[in-house]
Amino acid sequence: MAAAIETHDLTRRFGTLTAVDHLNLSVPEASIYGLLGPNGSGKSTAIRMLCGLLTPSEGTASVLGLSVPDQAEALRRKIGYMTQRFSLYEDLTVLENLSFMAEIQSLPRRERKGRIDSLLQVFDLGKQIRQRAGTMSGGQRQRLALAAATIHRPQLLFLDEPTSAVDPQSRRDFWETLFNLVDQGTTIVVSTHYMDEAERCHFLAILDRGMVAAQGAPRTLQEDIDATIVEVEAEQPNRTRKALLAVDGVFSVTQLGVRLRVLMNKSVTTPLVHVQSALKSRSPDARARLTTATLEDVFVAATQGRYRKQQRGPKQATPGARP
Amino acid sequence: MIISATRILAIFRKELKQLTRDRLTFGMIIGIPMLQMILFGYAINTDVRHLHAAVADQAQTQLSRAMIQDAQASQVLDIVAERATAEELEQLMRDGIVSIGIFIPHDFERRLQQGDRVAAQLLVDGSDPVILGAAQQLARMPVRLDTATGPVATKATFEVRAFYNPERRSAVNIVPGLIGVILTMTMVLFTAVAIVRERERGNLEMLITTPVSTPELMIGKVLPYILIGLIQVTIILGLGALLFQVPVNGSLVDIYLASLLFIGANLTLGLVISAVAKNQFQAMQMTFFFFLPSILLSGFMFPFEGMPLVARYIAEILPLTHFLRLIRGIMLRGAEIAALAPEVLALLAFMVLTMLIAILKFRKSLD
Repeated sequence: MAAAIETHDLTRRFGTLTAVDHLNLSVPEASIYGLLGPNGSGKSTAIRMLCGLLTPSEGTASVLGLSVPDQAEALRRKIGYMTQRFSLYEDLTVLENLSFMAEIQSLPRRERKGRIDSLLQVFDLGKQIRQRAGTMSGGQRQRLALAAATIHRPQLLFLDEPTSAVDPQSRRDFWETLFNLVDQGTTIVVSTHYMDEAERCHFLAILDRGMVAAQGAPRTLQEDIDATIVEVEAEQPNRTRKALLAVDGVFSVTQLGVRLRVLMNKSVTTPLVHVQSALKSRSPDARARLTTATLEDVFVAATQGRYRKQQRGPKQATPGARP
Repeated sequence: MIISATRILAIFRKELKQLTRDRLTFGMIIGIPMLQMILFGYAINTDVRHLHAAVADQAQTQLSRAMIQDAQASQVLDIVAERATAEELEQLMRDGIVSIGIFIPHDFERRLQQGDRVAAQLLVDGSDPVILGAAQQLARMPVRLDTATGPVATKATFEVRAFYNPERRSAVNIVPGLIGVILTMTMVLFTAVAIVRERERGNLEMLITTPVSTPELMIGKVLPYILIGLIQVTIILGLGALLFQVPVNGSLVDIYLASLLFIGANLTLGLVISAVAKNQFQAMQMTFFFFLPSILLSGFMFPFEGMPLVARYIAEILPLTHFLRLIRGIMLRGAEIAALAPEVLALLAFMVLTMLIAILKFRKSLD
């Protein structure tokens, strides 16, 4: 598979803050590539650099074979960009917005009407053509934004947190349209902080403070997780949680109702025994079992894992200090 | 870079649609010139008229009564009270009831004939220099009476009227200037805000990832405002003729040509502001930073000749200064635009320079 995007040590600094830190990505053609990360992890900055909106402080990026930002003008005809905020005109109607975009993207005059009609149908906006964008619901607006971003049939589509203001059903429909676009050969880069969305991507890069904490297919990431996961069920989860955090090798405990997801270092050889013995005295009613990783576990392990290494680094550097 | 007419037109039409939907802004386009016209035309009037005055006429002769009538006929004064003594006049002035008192002593006629002493006294509230100036002009009336022989009263009336004629001139001077002032205010602000608003609402982030080029975007955005500027010029010219009988001595084509040039200069300045300002508030502040010196230094408010050299140098940079010379020349003196070439060139230079700055400053990126 050829790569639609290839970046090498792509970096962007804003003053003293490094928003994107030596990013190395390879996005295969005709796939959905997810950038998963919390707010401020550098997702939007990365997308903006790849669109040619921001100049990298360091590193290079090749997008659809064009070097960014030097060849950004040529790239603009081939990409679509759906911004995080609704960026069409709220005081124009659906039809006016789409006609405007068709003209701006220089669609040949005879194609415009047909293209707009088919988009209205695909994105189920036929009934709203005379409605002003500002008065539409979140889901409708998002469909309109995607319709506008794809009006010129871009080879590559950037979606910056496209479903933040959308209900779950609209989100499902939205992803169906994305898969249809991929079937037609479009490459899609999407940023998100939703795990269920990340799971739908063909490939993922987990971003943490501007750096890639992990990347690969979601399934592979789950299988290759650098942690052992123990699920604990307890009557008093909060107290149990505190007890678990004190256990050697445990680096994260997340509560899900009465269940606790415990992430432990892989170096612990008998994790279940470890946990059970710790619980015996403080929380005798708790039951523990080994389980497989979810994407959220991957996310936690990847982001906290980096943090762990940073903390342990100095200790390992001075082995003589240990008795 | 290929400039596409389709894209410029798309932006132009979009901008017009948005304008017609923004009721407030649309109202301002018509409202600002109308309101300012009426405000400036009626309220700002440097000719003083109908000052409240009181008279103490101790002479009570035919000549003294004739002089009071003449003073009143000049319309500078409205005599609202008559008193017996100078002290009572002073009291009225202290109370703020009148700003001018005319005191005619009982030996008024003898003083006039002998000519060795001032015949009558004018008491003036000097706190307002404009009133003082008016009174000093009025004071020349009895002096003239002094040297007059023959039909005294008729001659005096004539002299005063000649002096206070320019009532009409003030509006005549202000209306052409007002075209410039209103265009400066609306054109700079509208363009600056129009682009900054797109930046604020996030539209620009989407637009700059499309093939739209900077010149296309700027031309498309600016075109509707050229149209609006011409509408405003028409409103001001129409109201000026209707309400203040302002004459148009030169050709209308020249007036619109000069206005078009001036609109262009202001729009490009608005573009520079829009490229620098981060939000609408900043754009507004920058516009006013430019607007104030324009009004004060251009010769709209005060005669250009009376200003210190530094102020005049600054004024030469402002497009309004050159436009005022152009429009007053064309409208009032009936000059042809070709005869005012230096002003035309100055405006053109300003426009080209600001356009260059705008295009350089306005980069198609978010850096």
